[in-house]
Amino acid sequence: MKVFSKVYTALIFTFLYAPILILIIFSFNQSKTRGLWTGFTLKWYGELFRDKDIMNALSVTLIVAVVASVVAVIIGTLAAVGVFSMKKRTRSLIMAVNQIPMVNPEIVTGISLMLLFVLIYNSTGMFETGMGTLLIAHITFCIPYVLLSVLPKLRQMNYSIYEAALDLGCNPVKAFFKVILPEIVPGIMTGFLMAFTLSLDDFVISLFTGGSAQTLSVLIYSMTKKRVSPTINALSTLLFVSVLILLILANLGQIRSMKRADQKARAEKGQGEMKR
Amino acid sequence: MKAKKAALPYLVWMLLFTVVPLGLVAYFAFTDDTGRFTWNNILRIGEFIPTLWESIKLGGIATVFCILLGYPMAYIVSRSKAHVQQTMVMILMLPMWMNFLLRTYAWMTLLEDTGLINSLLQLLGLPAAHMINTPGAVVLGMVYNFLPFMILPIYSVMVKIDVRVVEAAQDLGANALQVFRRVILPLSIPGICSGVTMVFVPAVSTFVISKMLGGSLNMLIGDVIEMMFVGSSLNFNLGAALSLVLMILILICMAVMNHFDDDADASGGILL
Repeated sequence: MKVFSKVYTALIFTFLYAPILILIIFSFNQSKTRGLWTGFTLKWYGELFRDKDIMNALSVTLIVAVVASVVAVIIGTLAAVGVFSMKKRTRSLIMAVNQIPMVNPEIVTGISLMLLFVLIYNSTGMFETGMGTLLIAHITFCIPYVLLSVLPKLRQMNYSIYEAALDLGCNPVKAFFKVILPEIVPGIMTGFLMAFTLSLDDFVISLFTGGSAQTLSVLIYSMTKKRVSPTINALSTLLFVSVLILLILANLGQIRSMKRADQKARAEKGQGEMKR
Repeated sequence: MKAKKAALPYLVWMLLFTVVPLGLVAYFAFTDDTGRFTWNNILRIGEFIPTLWESIKLGGIATVFCILLGYPMAYIVSRSKAHVQQTMVMILMLPMWMNFLLRTYAWMTLLEDTGLINSLLQLLGLPAAHMINTPGAVVLGMVYNFLPFMILPIYSVMVKIDVRVVEAAQDLGANALQVFRRVILPLSIPGICSGVTMVFVPAVSTFVISKMLGGSLNMLIGDVIEMMFVGSSLNFNLGAALSLVLMILILICMAVMNHFDDDADASGGILL
């Protein structure tokens, strides 16, 4: 049984990683032909940074991801606070609408927004598809995830603390920043990370709503339609390595903070025992 | 209470950019290009039933493969030691962070007639196999891209299974197979259900995988819709009608899945 699970795990991991490995290997290949190894080179990496289209798409992708996730976090967190204080029936109605962008096929979300933008553009000349519409679209599909990561934290919170703050003379806004916000920060962070990665990774919705503003995914899509140059392999290798480093750092940070929390708990316990 | 007002920007946003656009899809589906009401788009859907059926078939096959491959994997991960679990989950999630167009593109390199797999076969003296631009290649691409979406929900349900329940079954004389069939499998059904929705919905509506690995012969409904909005055969009205049908089909599938999974929890999907 033990052997079987080891072999099985190895097979699944190979299945998941083999294509990625091949992309990485062929980013160092001299020949332009896929699948034919002719010798080692770094020239595609050099070409990558000279490629204006790729650099432009990279900056569009990053700007949209940062702005969309920040705006989504603000709107989504406020929404969570508002929805939390609503009656159960209104709340479940809103939560049902909140599910729409999450369960709808991406292609439907993409074309529905595209129809809206095209219609507004044709009648008023505003909302021409580009960076602006791309941002709106990304914010739209990010907000539901933020709402759903913040809401459970509000439920876990002890509501009496907020009431105590009000009793002690805080106005609701001050009480929010002093009492509620610190409690829900973990949820906000989860929501932010989720929104950021969703936005970075999105392709389908960007294709329909981006217009002249090309994200990296959309650019790659247009490249794969033609004969592809190995710069795309170099690009994917760099992306993969940077994600790998980020994940390892995040994991190390997590492990370290887990250790720290553990030590703190132990120290507090020790203090408590000493007092006794 | 005043706090309710905090949700106002959200409500306006959702109304403008989620509810209204969906209404527009319905509006376009029932009008012609001059804006007059028509049944024509809906009537023309008949032409696309073979494509629609092909999408559901390939998406369904891919989902079944994901369950068959993913379930044992989820089980193995959930039975590992805690720190090994964390590493394994990270390894499973890492490919998802890589652009999925690039991952699919890599399969082109592997599956091509002159690709790596065929070169390998040649080296071994075996006959070459034609793999790219077949329905099989499309299913493979779907399984490859969406397998983690099946493994992770099943895993997250399995780790929550109380060890004591398993121990109780063992104490009461169940053998390994019985423990699995009577305890672990029923308790992991919710995970399978959310896995199925997370795999089936993107698989049915994909257009990238079918285009890259299936060529022009294996068009799915997503390809048809894409072509009507940004491609060569622009027709917003017919495209909207097809999207409407796709959406309704998927909603029906989800309703059926939710029926199986009584504890369907709104937060179930968000954990991933």
